[in-house]
Amino acid sequence: MEMPVPNPGIIARKAQIVSALARVLPAGGVISEVSETRAYECDALTAYRCAPLAVVLPRSTEEVSAVLNICHDMGVPVVPRGSGTSLAGGALPTADCVLLGVARMNEVLETDYDNRFIRVQTGRTNLSVTGAVEQEDFFYAPDPSSQLACAIAGNIAMNSGGAHCLKYGVTTNNLLGVTIVMMDGTVIEVGGAYLDSGGLDLLGIICGSEGQLGVVTEATLRILRKPEGARPVLMGFDTNEVAGECVSDIIKAGVLPVAIEFMDRPCIEACEAFAHAGYPMCEALLIVEVEGSPAEIDEQLAVILAIARRHNPVELREAKDADEAGRIWLGRKSAFGAMGQINDYMCLDGTIPVTSLPFVLKRIGELSKQYGLGVANVFHAGDGNMHPLILFDANKEGDLELCEQMGADILRLCVEVGGCLTGEHGVGIEKRDLMVDQFAPDDLEAQMAVKDVFDPKWLLNPAKVFPLAASESRRTVALAAE
Amino acid sequence: MRPETEAELAETIAAARGPLHVQGGGTRSVGRPVTGDVLQTGGLSGISLYEPGALTLVVKSGTPLAEVEAALNAEGQRLPFEPMDHRGLLGTTGTPTMGGVVASNASGPRRVQVGACRDFMLGVRFVDGQGTVIKNGGRVMKNVTGYDLVKLLSGSWGTLGVLSEVSLKVLPKPDSAATLVFQRLDAALAVTVMSRALGSPFEITGAAHDPQAGQTLLRIEGFEKSVTYRADQLKTLFKGHDIAVETDPARVAQIWAGIRDVAPLHDGAGDVWRVSVKPSDAPEVAARLDAGALLFDWGGGLIWARVAEGTDLRARIGAVKGHATLVRGSAASRAALPVFQPEPAPLARLTDGLRKRFDPRGILNPGLMAG
Repeated sequence: MEMPVPNPGIIARKAQIVSALARVLPAGGVISEVSETRAYECDALTAYRCAPLAVVLPRSTEEVSAVLNICHDMGVPVVPRGSGTSLAGGALPTADCVLLGVARMNEVLETDYDNRFIRVQTGRTNLSVTGAVEQEDFFYAPDPSSQLACAIAGNIAMNSGGAHCLKYGVTTNNLLGVTIVMMDGTVIEVGGAYLDSGGLDLLGIICGSEGQLGVVTEATLRILRKPEGARPVLMGFDTNEVAGECVSDIIKAGVLPVAIEFMDRPCIEACEAFAHAGYPMCEALLIVEVEGSPAEIDEQLAVILAIARRHNPVELREAKDADEAGRIWLGRKSAFGAMGQINDYMCLDGTIPVTSLPFVLKRIGELSKQYGLGVANVFHAGDGNMHPLILFDANKEGDLELCEQMGADILRLCVEVGGCLTGEHGVGIEKRDLMVDQFAPDDLEAQMAVKDVFDPKWLLNPAKVFPLAASESRRTVALAAE
Repeated sequence: MRPETEAELAETIAAARGPLHVQGGGTRSVGRPVTGDVLQTGGLSGISLYEPGALTLVVKSGTPLAEVEAALNAEGQRLPFEPMDHRGLLGTTGTPTMGGVVASNASGPRRVQVGACRDFMLGVRFVDGQGTVIKNGGRVMKNVTGYDLVKLLSGSWGTLGVLSEVSLKVLPKPDSAATLVFQRLDAALAVTVMSRALGSPFEITGAAHDPQAGQTLLRIEGFEKSVTYRADQLKTLFKGHDIAVETDPARVAQIWAGIRDVAPLHDGAGDVWRVSVKPSDAPEVAARLDAGALLFDWGGGLIWARVAEGTDLRARIGAVKGHATLVRGSAASRAALPVFQPEPAPLARLTDGLRKRFDPRGILNPGLMAG
């Protein structure tokens, strides 16, 4: 993955930039020693690394504003970072950037159960938002798998999803308002503890803009009352096609499960070897979870099980208690860890129309043979968000490149069948150069026009999302203006 | 002007030499009055794709809403966000279109639980003010590929671009529904009751208070046994209140269509405003409005108020966080008062900047959303 050549003029001014930043931040708020900035050289896309010019760790919106104002005036690019769990390289620094980490901003600012919202600083982790309200039996719905570590700032930047979004939606559907600092330091409130926008839906465009429009420092999030209970069932099928049909029939029947997870044979085998969850050995496995009171769960599961039986399952297992429910989820939840035990892997994130599932799985199998790399599929079947895991050997010359080529082919396949390049991880640098496969030049131009308005100098996370060739004129104009 | 294809729409806009008054069915005449050649989207009609098993629907923007609803109904599905029909309130005639629903982000009582129109939008195709065709989003349920112009276009009232096609997520229609009716609560108590219900695990899909009828309404939907169970649980939760439970499907549908379309405020002279606030602020705000008629939806988060013509409602609301829109106003009111909430300067700069980029000639419903 290519990155722009760092601006030597900025690197030459490092001392000056660092001292200006140190003047507006408390001691320890600026990190500039090379030995220490290296800790921020990558996010969860670890194949790509580059230490930033300096790191700042502000504690308040005012400090973020002061930092951005300085960087704006000095023409220094800024890469915002939540917890650094991006799988797409969203927080990958460049050598000429100031990396702005919000990790020290993790306070709960307001909790309001009557109006069902919580206001937090965005460095707070996803799971600890739920942690702050669960004593009252409330929760924050979006639940990305990295929820123990990932920050709300990153969730907003990438519009993160999770396993339960079939029912509860993704970040944008649960975000009510933000405090956002613009690149020139201006602080703006967008939205609030009410349900709609009085003008254009700026909140909607900010969410998912990958840290390119501003730095979100505070967020008002919708919290929901926990359901009375939840229960999963596990179903095994002989073919991917039948499992796919079963998913479609469940959805059509009027039941709305909170989660429908799908695993194929390579994934089942790896999980079984790793976690011993007692999964049946078959071609395709579904985990379907429903919520409600015990009687409501029984009613919904009766409908779901009747549909499953029509598709001749090789296994049908209903959790009778919490322990059995835990065992059903055990394998799925350890899927990524299990794959990591066997191999290095690359996790993809395309979305396809649910109806194309059997065709896409067949094509992925063919690509796997063609490239000679194994693939395991685990994904959110209810909403078509696939996570094929391509297995490769990082120590083998050329294997990473081969894996990336195969990944690109799979993502193009997703686009061909009417889907998209990324369902919940974001574009970052990883899918940046594939954007031309999904969008025409005019489509990209319209998106870049939004950045022009929010960040006219193209200083915020500038080398992400858009193919470098497409954004080049804008980035170089901004540079020339220095 | 009534283009029949997206390409014709693009040509029409590119060739325009003056302002265009963009309309779907012309039933939602909200905003500062627009003068200009009328550009109707009704010629762009038809369902392009409907996959019930994938919960997805793609339609051309001028497709009548009724046609979409009939197609969904045939498969036991629906538009979950319950779009308001503005005709009763505004006295307009004509045929509401899907494009109009999206351009106005029309969202009814179920918004409080499942989300607004914008939350169910998966993709758009539109033509900007230069005549360029742009697509964003797609037809799949999870999509974070690039910026979310889909949300930006939803609720932009035709001022950033003219929609040619929209894709949406739809949901199954539940088997049954019930409405719990509380009698004679004042606004403060009504909001307390609604907040408590919405904060319960019983999945309330509508929470409204109609002071004219002296009724506070809670809706539950789902499988029949589940609806019965939750109705019982709610009656226990609100022991001591006088609660009637309406389970006749036709009656339940009629009650909520009335709330959705703001029926209690249709008759009677005056301007009608919609005010969005934090639910707990609603009783105090409503008391300050000196309104002839009021309706609270979204658990109190949405207040509809009918006031004397020309009243500056925002002055009465004061410094409470939220916003107010003049939805029904005489031409004089709409000329004298900003229809949409004026934005603070830094926000207004972004809004203006976006308009200038998407419609540099300022020809798409110019001034309609001016604050």
